[in-house]
Amino acid sequence: MGAGDALARLVREEGTRVLATLVRVTGSVDLAEDAVQDAAVRALETWPRDGLPDNPRAWLFVAAKRRAIDLIRREARRAGKEAEAVSLIDPAPEPPEVVRDDLLRLVFTCCHPALALEAQVALALRTLGGLSTAEVARGLLVPEATMAKRLTRAKQKITQAAIPYRVPAAQELPDRLAGVAATVYLIFNEGYAAGAGADLVRTGLTSEAIRLARLLAELMPDEPTVLGLLALLLLHDARRTTRVDDAGEPLLLAEQDRTRWDAEAIKEGVEMVGAALRRTPDRPDGYVVQAAIATCHALAPSYAQTNWDAVVSWYDVLLTVQDTPVIRLNRAVAVAERDGPAAGLALVDAIGGLEGYPWWHATRAELLHRLDRAGPAREAYERALASGMSDPQIRHLRRRMAALDIDLLE
Amino acid sequence: MPTYLALLYTADVDWSRPEFAQETKEYVEFGEAAAAVIKGGHALYPTATATTVRVNGGKGGDVVTSDGPYAETKEALTGYYLLECADLDEAVAVAAKIPAAWSGTVEVRPIIKF
Repeated sequence: MGAGDALARLVREEGTRVLATLVRVTGSVDLAEDAVQDAAVRALETWPRDGLPDNPRAWLFVAAKRRAIDLIRREARRAGKEAEAVSLIDPAPEPPEVVRDDLLRLVFTCCHPALALEAQVALALRTLGGLSTAEVARGLLVPEATMAKRLTRAKQKITQAAIPYRVPAAQELPDRLAGVAATVYLIFNEGYAAGAGADLVRTGLTSEAIRLARLLAELMPDEPTVLGLLALLLLHDARRTTRVDDAGEPLLLAEQDRTRWDAEAIKEGVEMVGAALRRTPDRPDGYVVQAAIATCHALAPSYAQTNWDAVVSWYDVLLTVQDTPVIRLNRAVAVAERDGPAAGLALVDAIGGLEGYPWWHATRAELLHRLDRAGPAREAYERALASGMSDPQIRHLRRRMAALDIDLLE
Repeated sequence: MPTYLALLYTADVDWSRPEFAQETKEYVEFGEAAAAVIKGGHALYPTATATTVRVNGGKGGDVVTSDGPYAETKEALTGYYLLECADLDEAVAVAAKIPAAWSGTVEVRPIIKF
């Protein structure tokens, strides 16, 4: 990383903290964002020339406050009003615990349930992640004008509907935290699903999500949800480069080169799962349990040597907090690996409501295939192919179908 | 302090009829419990009593009235409250206690203060 990158990163990270405080002081996300952006541009102009200030955050804060006051005065003149006494000039930097609380407020405001999920995602990337509107738009595959409108509308709703700038009370916290985690997880999945060859901003969303999850873990180090989320993202991300072969075709977990998994990320993720489990009082958290399942895979020396007993048990735990057909399907796959395809198929067939889900058909096809039931297997492959999969996945299923014919000849 | 209009969408019924005495009682209880934030509100007769007014050709044009609108949907606007709350979280908490939210929906909208 060059000196310019390091500087840009410093300005971006400190900028988020300055923004959080300025939103509280001015009561407007929009105004605070304009002011911080202006201060960041100035910093990137002057710091390389004059040297890094002793306290970069304080420097940015003073510059942003000045800009905010200018903007407030200009707006007041435009509206023909007397400028309200702007008492926000206090050159003393905020103490760290205030900055921490301001950041938390910003997190919960950006991920407020009264905002649409797509607006939460955009706001989190823009205000917490410090990405430009253009970058957010590119990352989420939305035209820039549409994204600008979406962000403006979200910020207007925060102001006009008076969405509070506040950390939720203890009794609301679990629900609200689940909402924040869902937003960050969605950002990660956007990047994870982008695949090789996609725009770097788009694949970079995985790093953005991990960065946001790290920020949450720094702000709320004792919340299992947050630790579980970060662990889950790290463990998924550790496998990222091995998910496709050189030709860009997807590789199943069983086919991935485990020597290329990121050992450092796995170590951090596994330790974090432990920390999260120790902090889990009674009701398990969905992210922690999913991270525990990911740990079973990450620590297995090979697919065949996976501790399927443990995987199935964790799925049992997961079903107690999140009983969905898709989780039942994943559990059935683990049971098939442990007890054989017939046991797995019986469970898969018992799950209702997945007739439109391609992976339900694909899983049935694979298990029927293993049971040498060629006719029903072929039918299930056809159903999977007809229910909408991505091109590489379609090629994978066609290869398996071709194998079915070869297996029959043998 | 922000003011919100809570629009109550429920089955299109006549709340003045005696068979809704139990519901009416629940609304009275809500009204007492939330008296501090309620700045106004009323129940409405069903949409069958509604009249739509339109002036053709803009201001000063022909006044055209029509019967309805009849709700095509299952839920219709059947009442409203004006709520003065500290912020949206408080308004949502109050709205969740309005009986309409238990069987229908309550739309919470901030009011513009010019």
